[in-house]
Amino acid sequence: MPKHRSLSVRRILGLGGIAVSGMLMAFSAPSLQPQDGAMNSMGMDDMGGMSVDETTSGFSPERIAFFESKVRPLLIGACGGCHSDNGSRIRAGFKIDTRSAMLLGGDSGPAIVPGDPDASLLIEAIRYHDPGLQMPPRGALNPGEISILEQWVAMGAPMPKPRVTDRDTAPGTEFRWSDEEIERGRSHWSYTPIESSPPPSTSDDDWARVELDRFVLAELDARGVKPTGDASRETWFRRVTFDLTGLPPTPKEQSAFLADTRPGAFDRVVDRLLASPAFGERWGRHWLDVARYAESSGKENNVIYPHAWRYRDWVVSAFNQDIPYDHFIAMQIAGDLLPAGSEDEEAANLIATGYLALGTKSHNTRGRAQFIADVVDEQIDATTQGLLATTVACARCHDHKFDPIPQADYYALAGIFASTETRFGGVEGNQTRHTSLLIEIPAGADLPDGPQLSDASREIAERTRRQAEELVRAAEEVRAANRGSRTNRNQLPADIQRIIQRGRQATGRLRVSETLLSRFDADGRPTIENFVCMGAVEGDPRDVPLLERGELDQARDLVRRGFPRLLGSGNSESIRSGSGRLELAEWITDERHPLTARVWTNRIWQYLFGRGIVPTPNNFGLSGRPPTNQPLLDHLAIQLQESGWSTKSLIRQLALSRSYGLSSDPRPGEEPVQVRDVDVLVDGMMRRRPLEAEAIRDSMLAISGRLDATPPLGSVAATLEGSLRENTLNRVMEQNLPRFEDHRSIYLPVVRGSIVDDLAIFDFPEPEFVTGERDQTNVATQALYLMNSELVTTQSKAFARRVLGQSDSFTDRMSLIFRLAYGRDPGSYEYRACRDFLQDIERTLKKELVPKPQPQNQRERRQRANGRRSAGRSSSPRTSNADLELMAWATLCQTIFQSTEFRTLD
Amino acid sequence: MNLCSNRISTELDRRAMLQTLAFGFGWTAFNGMAGASPKVDDPLALKPSHHTPTAKRVIFLYMSGAPSHVDTFDHKPALIGLDGQEYRRNAKLLASPWKFRPRGDSGLMISDLFPSVAEHADELCLLRGMKAGIPAHAQASLQLHTGSFQFVRPSMGSWSVYGLGNANENLPGFVTINPRGGGGAGSYGSGFLPAAYQGTPIELSRNSSASNAIPNLKNEQHGEAVQRRQLGLLRQLEKERERRAGRVQGLESVLEQYELAFRMQSEVPDVVDLGTEDRRTLELYGIGSDATDGFGRQCLLARRLAEEGVRFIEITAGGWDTHRNMREALAERCLAVDKPIAGLLADLKQRRMLDDTLVVWGGEFGRTPYAQGDDGRDHNARGFTMWMAGGGVKGGFSYGSTDETGAEAVEGVMDIHDWHATILHALGMDHERLTFNHAGRDFRLTDVHGRVHSDVFA
Repeated sequence: MPKHRSLSVRRILGLGGIAVSGMLMAFSAPSLQPQDGAMNSMGMDDMGGMSVDETTSGFSPERIAFFESKVRPLLIGACGGCHSDNGSRIRAGFKIDTRSAMLLGGDSGPAIVPGDPDASLLIEAIRYHDPGLQMPPRGALNPGEISILEQWVAMGAPMPKPRVTDRDTAPGTEFRWSDEEIERGRSHWSYTPIESSPPPSTSDDDWARVELDRFVLAELDARGVKPTGDASRETWFRRVTFDLTGLPPTPKEQSAFLADTRPGAFDRVVDRLLASPAFGERWGRHWLDVARYAESSGKENNVIYPHAWRYRDWVVSAFNQDIPYDHFIAMQIAGDLLPAGSEDEEAANLIATGYLALGTKSHNTRGRAQFIADVVDEQIDATTQGLLATTVACARCHDHKFDPIPQADYYALAGIFASTETRFGGVEGNQTRHTSLLIEIPAGADLPDGPQLSDASREIAERTRRQAEELVRAAEEVRAANRGSRTNRNQLPADIQRIIQRGRQATGRLRVSETLLSRFDADGRPTIENFVCMGAVEGDPRDVPLLERGELDQARDLVRRGFPRLLGSGNSESIRSGSGRLELAEWITDERHPLTARVWTNRIWQYLFGRGIVPTPNNFGLSGRPPTNQPLLDHLAIQLQESGWSTKSLIRQLALSRSYGLSSDPRPGEEPVQVRDVDVLVDGMMRRRPLEAEAIRDSMLAISGRLDATPPLGSVAATLEGSLRENTLNRVMEQNLPRFEDHRSIYLPVVRGSIVDDLAIFDFPEPEFVTGERDQTNVATQALYLMNSELVTTQSKAFARRVLGQSDSFTDRMSLIFRLAYGRDPGSYEYRACRDFLQDIERTLKKELVPKPQPQNQRERRQRANGRRSAGRSSSPRTSNADLELMAWATLCQTIFQSTEFRTLD
Repeated sequence: MNLCSNRISTELDRRAMLQTLAFGFGWTAFNGMAGASPKVDDPLALKPSHHTPTAKRVIFLYMSGAPSHVDTFDHKPALIGLDGQEYRRNAKLLASPWKFRPRGDSGLMISDLFPSVAEHADELCLLRGMKAGIPAHAQASLQLHTGSFQFVRPSMGSWSVYGLGNANENLPGFVTINPRGGGGAGSYGSGFLPAAYQGTPIELSRNSSASNAIPNLKNEQHGEAVQRRQLGLLRQLEKERERRAGRVQGLESVLEQYELAFRMQSEVPDVVDLGTEDRRTLELYGIGSDATDGFGRQCLLARRLAEEGVRFIEITAGGWDTHRNMREALAERCLAVDKPIAGLLADLKQRRMLDDTLVVWGGEFGRTPYAQGDDGRDHNARGFTMWMAGGGVKGGFSYGSTDETGAEAVEGVMDIHDWHATILHALGMDHERLTFNHAGRDFRLTDVHGRVHSDVFA
């Protein structure tokens, strides 16, 4: 049972991590921890025992680094639960916390004999040879891990000396990373240079289809896992079509592929998909998750960002054009400072900087300085997490608690963004204190003005303006009338005070409605006022002071603008002029930067395989998880760079790899696997993935034949303005959404706190933060959605209509349904089940079609008034056979939409 | 059409279907999963507890954002004398701007921020020695709910339903009303436990009618008969898929959610309809008053769900992260929840439900005794207060304490694992025996930690 064993071994190690989950992080961090009690506030007060004072340990930094990166996590994970001060108990009197404790050993004597693995009890125990001495008790380590510990003992068991931590130190006491600690921090895997290594030799070199497969197989070999078999051609085809375009394959495309027996059939599929415009809509949406893209400010008063969609559209086109990733990033950080050969290019450069302007904002913050500090903080967070998987924003109030990022480094970056003027728009109103200009798009750029203002929206805006005008005027009159009297305003009669109050409140609404109306002409056509975008331009270059605890009134010395020291050598001198954003962009996209290429490579891998090579895509720091296969990650990162940072070419490689084409079916005879645990790099099989919210909705539209594949103009949010209350917002959205309802989901409005239901229900990310990995829930509300929602019932009916229109034969219809929804033909069992179902359901429907006296609820009345026939219970008793047939097939089609296979990628 | 006979046959069909569903293929895998306990086929079926429980259910009032303990339930008179003194560089101690008074017969010291809750002081068991793992909202919130801030793990609500089942087959066993907070969906996820134990989120907004609490609850096209047949076909399709492609946990368990959804359609509208409550009750919870309406509705719905037998109910009030503007914001927050919580306690008491309902209040950590700016407090995970009421705990009792400033728990220290162990204990479960075998080993809510603090029980 080698396969089985390897699985359980991995899990046991995994659980080692679980058993001491809090400590994994704690242990790896304090090694770099300066001496004070800051960590105490995190419940890690005992960690002093394993802290580092390298100067006296007598081991070379390399050996200490080996201990830190390989041995310490292993010891903690496998032994910490029962043999550490930080575990739940100390078993057999044996502790791993310090080298001396290990030399001393426990009840059975010394645990290690430095330099002599064979004489070390610890090694004997983990080798599992002696039935009377086997550790960890719940299952052996894997061979690779055993060899790490053997190696470590053989090199003399290097381990840093413990340092005494003052336990009485106050909580939250400031600590500062020392230069040596920062230097040592650079040995963390993700901060070391990307390393190229030759493809390793493997147990079966013929297995590899492309180079990367050898890296995958070598690691599986080391874990003693044999890769599973290849997925069927149908499965691969459906998988790759969804992964590259977010849409299901059509039966025609599928037949063509299955019939294509010439060499290179797979290549041709991938190339066709990469060239399809749907590719940008799929991968652009992945990027929008990272970019925390939204069309409103969120927070207290949710100010609409009506021009945000230009950034969205640019992202889609950038992926379709395969703009080199380094340039793609540079445009978003410093597009306004990049050279442009044409007005089109200039426009794209400006729109791309929307990345910096799209974040959440509290437009009602008291004080401009505080508002700007918060905007800058958000920009630092989005930039470092999104592009570098590093959480620099943690260092706003104090030095970073896990990664050696001093607070000063935060303020070095903050200076760059503080020297930048963020343009986000907004209309000043009662609650909206902070607004800004927008960026004008060069007049010659070939871009649309935006969508039409609907008559309904226009009426609302005009009515609002009229009413607001009246209130303002009334207030002015009252004020004028009372100007002569010397009374304090508070002494005026209550009704007069109320008029003044209402007038004041109405000024905001007046401004908002005027702004909205000014953007459209009398026929609702967008004017040149819409030729603007959000983004960033240069401000006054300045350094900012370090703020103690992040407080504006606690300013300390100015910090020169620059980049985190951890991630490079000296750098602040490299800012030549202006804000430093251009230099920041150059620094991030420098081929020598250890993070940029790795982070993007990891994201691409994750989008295709369901789990990153580094499982924490937004955190490559010390509190993140280490890569499962670092040689693979580095190999691919180098490939990415060598291809001229071509995202498409990396995707192409991955999609054509043997690894990507593996089956996701559990191996026969194995216990059911938990889907979230499957990792191709560990289990040698593909992971089954639920389709994302957008893919579910888009698929239903595509399958029913209703999908309008052309991108719509702009967004629903483009015809809004101001800070809208939820109910107003919902009303306007409801009126305008129909224009978008047949388009792909990426074009639906993303208003913070008001995500469209169809998407929110399937874990669409809250766009408050950079999202690296979406939630995957399985809840009853999703079942209710697929059973009862308007979209699903409408699409089911359209699906049925399409199928009935194609053929009269049951077999052909069934085949079409299955090929559309599942990408395969039905089996005989499924034929039978569906046939029985249809017969049964027609009888049931006939019973249901007994006419009801009068529509009972408001909704039905409204539907009737709108001429929308509410099918089923309120339809006429003389429903024709054709109607009945359609309804029966619609319920069948709906069940197909409800099924797991429809919304799962095998 | 004879409506009467139709109705009967519908009922029968429905019952028959529930049986088939409950004992259909979906559950075979769960045979014997509960280890020592008898074989269970329906994951929500009632299961025997390990020992006699003191509480049948839990209502967890989660204060997302970490409320300040030193301004509410942890009286620190020493801070008054130390007010303005340097605690350390750039951090000055801040005495609570609110006055504490002895309350009830027990004389528990509670501040003026919770005047109504304070009237129930003799029911409260204050846990003043709480300690959390990490002073960051998202992680701490996850840890509070699941025990782990790093990995995807089942929420304590899921564990509770897994261990005991649910008393109402038509409602989820674990409901979370308006879940908010940094932990995200992971806070009510079932992790590696079967999806039947997943928390069901309900959105209850102030202005929306109760029927919108769960969207898509009603089918505008068909009645139950059609849906029942659809579910039947779905079951066949899923079975066939399992045969063709193998069983994978996590995705394939969607059927459980359909079964639950189907049953919820008939039950939920009645439960969430607060319109059937009389005016006195609404007023008791502060429903109808601007400040308290929102949370009052949540509390009232929690009571109704508790009455229906839901095992674990969580309700959330956010906005406790008072780094700045604390005097205003904290007062506003407390005002919003004080009366509703007091109303809930009173209502449970008058319905004789407080005895077997464990009400738990608290946030993911506490706040520092020193000021941030001059009107705020920073995160503090080293010491804070939560409380319990009802469900067999000692009333009018203070357990554990922080040091003289409230910075750090020093006595009766209860970490999150202990807290979990203690809650499970109240429900009649031994946290070391409530295990689920996943990926080759037995997992627990408390991992390898946790200690029941028996002193809190009467």
